Amino acid sequence: MLTLENVRKKFGTIEVLKGITFHVNQGDVIAILGPSGSGKTTLLRCLNFLEKADSGMMIFNGERWDMNRISRKNIALIRKKTAFVFQDYNLFFNKTALQNVTEGLIIARKIPKKQAIAIGEKALEKVGLKAWANYYPRQLSGGQQQRVAIARALVTEPEIIFFDEPTSALDPELTEEIMAIMHQLAEEGRTMLIVTHEMQFAQNISSKVIFMEQGQLIEMGDAQEIFSYPREERTKNFLYTSKII
Amino acid sequence: MILDEQVWTLIVDSFGKILLPGLTMTIPLTVISFILALLIAIMVALVQFAQVRILTQLARFYIWIIRGTPLLVQMYVIFFGLPKIGIIIEPFLAAVIVFSVNEGAYVAETIRAALESVPKGQIEAGYCVGMSYRQIMKRIVLPQALRTAFPPLSNSVIALMKDTSLAANITVTEMFMATQRIVAVTYEPLILYLEVGFIYLMFSTVLTKLQRVGEKYLNTDEIRREKRCLRWKMFAKNLEQ
Ligand SMILES: Nc1ncnc2c1ncn2[C@@H]1O[C@H](COP(=O)(O)OP(=O)(O)OP(=O)(O)O)[C@@H](O)[C@H]1O
Ligand SMILES: [Mg+2]
Repeated sequence: MLTLENVRKKFGTIEVLKGITFHVNQGDVIAILGPSGSGKTTLLRCLNFLEKADSGMMIFNGERWDMNRISRKNIALIRKKTAFVFQDYNLFFNKTALQNVTEGLIIARKIPKKQAIAIGEKALEKVGLKAWANYYPRQLSGGQQQRVAIARALVTEPEIIFFDEPTSALDPELTEEIMAIMHQLAEEGRTMLIVTHEMQFAQNISSKVIFMEQGQLIEMGDAQEIFSYPREERTKNFLYTSKII
Repeated sequence: MILDEQVWTLIVDSFGKILLPGLTMTIPLTVISFILALLIAIMVALVQFAQVRILTQLARFYIWIIRGTPLLVQMYVIFFGLPKIGIIIEPFLAAVIVFSVNEGAYVAETIRAALESVPKGQIEAGYCVGMSYRQIMKRIVLPQALRTAFPPLSNSVIALMKDTSLAANITVTEMFMATQRIVAVTYEPLILYLEVGFIYLMFSTVLTKLQRVGEKYLNTDEIRREKRCLRWKMFAKNLEQ
């Protein structure tokens, strides 16, 4: 459903993405692994056009886009079919939990308010925050904020959800909460791209793994295979230092 | 100085004569000018925030000119200068124009700083849920920025209220001019100027109180606000019964 071809991105003179190519199928849960600074965040941000790639093609739902030349209108169309969960939640601070969740429905998609609220409440219930619907982000713990952010990502029925280290700002117990929810999403068959440093979690949840280093996609493959028998030396080293093998 | 009966009579007699133009001129001049200044400032700040190229340069130019020249000079140019080229503006209108354009430049900087204080991540999150730049600005960024800007904006209102006394220079009969006229008849500058100063102080005090109330309101969470609303409704119902 989503294919990237030869995506490149420079910040100044530093080439952060050096031609990334991969393919995502419906229902894939892909863990993106790699050392700090390897370009994982930049890759996700390019996928949602929060950064403009210098070059590269994206094929999404059969339509092919030049990622450098795509129009604002088409970016908006693609964004409406995807969702993004940030490392630091990025909830709208002037909106309640429920309003955070319904904003994309009511404002961006013009869904009637009543209907949007019903959908929003259901999503909050799913992440265990029904009772917190009318609270503001600053009244919520980090874990609760991230759960609202996940609910916000779910309500718009995205075809693919991008997660950028969704648990790295959280305490261990709160991390568990988020992971449990994400496991549930995986079981529902949602397509997800997850950047994470939590190796155990990555191993448990993902069906495929992408390993990146210094802006290059070193290896991509079936999760069990990569975790047990990585082909590339660099992947092996990384997993070894991460105490997985 | 002895507060003899004569002095008291003067103070009491002139009080109403000074306060009245305060209520009918100083306050409207302040309110109207500030609302216009706020509108100018929001536009000027948004243009810079969004980095619209030519407009940003225009905005910078406007701020440069206005902040770099005295208010009194601006006032004289508009009221005494422009008639030379056939543009004659009524005193009150001239004052409104000068005050709003002048204050707008300062307030624009306040608002720009407040806009920049809203975390960029929220804008990105807005894009990710499918909102447009306009929708994000209107619903997410501006409300938060205005809340941040509220204390400095309150300062600006108080400063503007006092500055309206400068309009006396262009024949607007606001509070200060009214006082000058009474002084011209009674020859009691000390008492009368102290008196008008006291009235300005009262106005500022009210504004400061309003600022406190406003800040409290903004800091109260909406839920609590709703609860208070409900309590009021119950109270009103009980009264009806
Ligand atoms: N906006 C930016 N401007 C300049 N350089 C940037 C910018 N964003 C990222 N970089 C650089 O690009 C490289 C890749 O960054 P990126 O955040 O994508 O790495 P990452 O794999 O997500 O790392 P981490 O695991 O620490 O989150 C880094 O060297 C970083 O310093
Ligand atoms: Mg990162």
